[in-house]
Amino acid sequence: MNDESLATIFINACLVNNFVLAYFLGICPFLGVSGKRDTAVRMGAAVTFVMLVSSVAAYGIHALLTWADAPYLELISFIAVIASTVQLVEMFIKKVSRPLFEALGIFLPLITTNCAILAVALFQTNKGYGLIQSVVFAFGAGVGFTLALFLISGLREKLELADTPDIVRGTAITLLLAGMLSICFMGFAGLFN
Amino acid sequence: MAVGLQTEVPGAADDFLAGVWKRNPVFVQVLGMCPVLAVTNTAMNALAMGLATAFVLVMSSTVVSTIRKIVPHQVRIVTFILIIATFVTIVDYLIQAISLGLHRALGAFISLIVVNCLILGRAEAFASQNRIGRSILDAAGMGVGFTLALLCLGGVRELLGAGSLFGVPLLGSSFEPWTVMMLPPGGFFSLAAWLLLFSGLKQRRERKLAGEAVT
Amino acid sequence: MSAPVQTETTLPPFDVKATLRIYAVVLSVGIFCGVAIVGVYEITKPIIARNKVAARQNAVLDVLPRATTSVAYQWDDAAESFRIASSDAEGDGLVFVGFDDAEKPVGVAIETKGMGYQDFIRVLYGYSPQEQAIIGVRVLESRETPGLGDRIEKDPVFLKNFEALDVSLAGDGKTLAHPIEFVKPGEKTEPWQIDGITGATISSKATADMLRESSQIWVPRVGTRLSTFTTTEEGED
Repeated sequence: MNDESLATIFINACLVNNFVLAYFLGICPFLGVSGKRDTAVRMGAAVTFVMLVSSVAAYGIHALLTWADAPYLELISFIAVIASTVQLVEMFIKKVSRPLFEALGIFLPLITTNCAILAVALFQTNKGYGLIQSVVFAFGAGVGFTLALFLISGLREKLELADTPDIVRGTAITLLLAGMLSICFMGFAGLFN
Repeated sequence: MAVGLQTEVPGAADDFLAGVWKRNPVFVQVLGMCPVLAVTNTAMNALAMGLATAFVLVMSSTVVSTIRKIVPHQVRIVTFILIIATFVTIVDYLIQAISLGLHRALGAFISLIVVNCLILGRAEAFASQNRIGRSILDAAGMGVGFTLALLCLGGVRELLGAGSLFGVPLLGSSFEPWTVMMLPPGGFFSLAAWLLLFSGLKQRRERKLAGEAVT
Repeated sequence: MSAPVQTETTLPPFDVKATLRIYAVVLSVGIFCGVAIVGVYEITKPIIARNKVAARQNAVLDVLPRATTSVAYQWDDAAESFRIASSDAEGDGLVFVGFDDAEKPVGVAIETKGMGYQDFIRVLYGYSPQEQAIIGVRVLESRETPGLGDRIEKDPVFLKNFEALDVSLAGDGKTLAHPIEFVKPGEKTEPWQIDGITGATISSKATADMLRESSQIWVPRVGTRLSTFTTTEEGED
C-alpha cells in the first residue's frame, strides 16, 4: 500500500510527471487532435472520463486477479475494459450531444489506442495505489493530458498565422513546440521532496 | 490509413521494403509514437523495444491473416486486440526471462505495445485482407522499419546525451554530455530533427523532378 | 427466426446463426489466447524466479564483500525475532544475511526505498555488526536524472561515504548512538555523516534519508541477534 498523499499524487500526475510531456503517453492524439483549442479540450475531457472509469475497473481487476493468482491476464483484461468503456462513452455522447459527437469524429474510437489510458491502469497497479489514490491519480493524469493538449493547441493556433517554412510545417513543428513545453514542465520536478 | 496503391502486383521484396523505407511507420506514417519517444534514451533500449514490437507485429499479423476468413466483420477489432494483447503478454514474460535489467529499463512500455496503433493498423489494413505470406512480409518490413527508426533516435540521443553507443563510450572523457537529449525534451527534438531531415530530402527530390519535368 | 421481409424498411432480422457464430469465434480466439498466455507464463516462471534470486544474490554479495553466500530471513514482529525464509521470498521485513566460507555470518543486507528527485529510489545496503557500520551500498533501481541524480550510483567521492558509515548502537541496544546525518559536500567530519553531491542534492539527500530511517529500524533488530543467523534451519524454536 503506497503512502503518498493525495495532493502529491495529483500534482505529480498532472505537472511533475505529466503524462504527455514527461512520459510520452498519448502522443498520437496529442499530435492529431491538437489543431484547435476547443476540440483539444473536449478530447481531454473524454479521455479524463475514460481514465477515471478504467482506473476504478483496473483496481477491481487487479484485486480479482491477485486473489485468483492469474497476473498474466491483467493486460488483456485492462484493454478489454478500456475498449468497452470507450464504446459506452461513444454511445453516450452520441445520444446526449450530437454536435460534440460529430466534432470528435474518428478520434473517439481512437481513444482506445490512447496509451495514456492503459498507462494509468498499469502505473497505478505497479505503484500499489489504493482505490482513492488510483482515482486521484487518474484524475491528475487526465487533467495533465488536457492541459498539455490545451497548451499545444493554443500554440498551434497562433502558429497558423505565422510564416513557418514548408519543411517544418505539420508534425515537425509540433514536436519542436512539444519539446520546449516539455523543458518548461521539467521545472516542476522536485516540487515535492 | 490507406494502403498505397501500386500499378503492378507487388512482389515479396516490395511488401517487405515498403515497411522499411517508403512507408516507414515512424518517419512516414507517424504511428506508434509513444514508445518511439519514451524508450529511445539509449540505443540498447531502442533496439530491444523495436525487436519486441516487431515480434508482436509479425506474430499477430500471422494469426490475424490465418483466421481472417472466419472472423465476422463486427468483432474484428475486438478479436485483433485480444490477439495482440496475448502476444504482448507473451513478449513481456519472455523479456523478463531473458534479462531482468532490460525489463526494468523498458518498464511499462512493453505492455504499452498493445496500444501501439501501428500493430492494430497493420492488422486491420493489411493482414486481415491478405494471405499469410504477404502479411508476414508486410509485418516484418514494418517491424524492421520501426526498429531502424527507433535506433536512429536512440543512437542520436545516447550519443549526444551520454557520449556512448550501446554503452560503449565513444566520444572520450572530455565530451560534455548534452544531458537534455536523454530526457523527454530530447526525444521530441530528435524526432523533429529526423523528420525535418527526411522532409527536406523529399522536398529537394520533388523540386529536382519538377525541374526535370519542365525542361 | 424470422424470414427477411423485403418490403419493409425495418431493422434487419435477428439472425441467430450469425450471432452464435460471432460468440463462437470470439470465444475460441479467447481460449486460444488464454492457453498461449498460460503456457508461456508457466514455462518462463521458473526462469524468471531464478533470475530474480540470482540478481538479488549478486547485489547482496556486492554490499557485503566478505560474504560468499546469503540466506533470506523474515522479521517476525510478534515474536520479535527472525526466521529463515525461502530464497525467492518477497515482501517487507526481509533481510539477507551474508555468510563466509566458514558459514559464519559476516553481515546483513537490507533493502530500503524512498522518493528521490524524479521517482522512487531502491537501495540495498550492507551492515556489518562487527564493525558497527554500513560497509556497502548499491542502488537497485533509480530513475534519477542521467548525469546528475544518477551520480549517487557512480560518483566515487559519494560512494566513499559508504565504506564505513558508522551506525553503532547506543548503550540500550535499541537506538543508534548517532543517526546518519546528511551534510553539504566537503563538510563531513564524523563517520556517521554523508557528504552530499554538488548538483545532485535532492538525490543524495534522499539516499541519506532512506538509509537513516531504515538503519534506525533494522540495525537495533539485527545488531543484537547476529548469533541467531545460521545458514540452514537447525530445528531451533
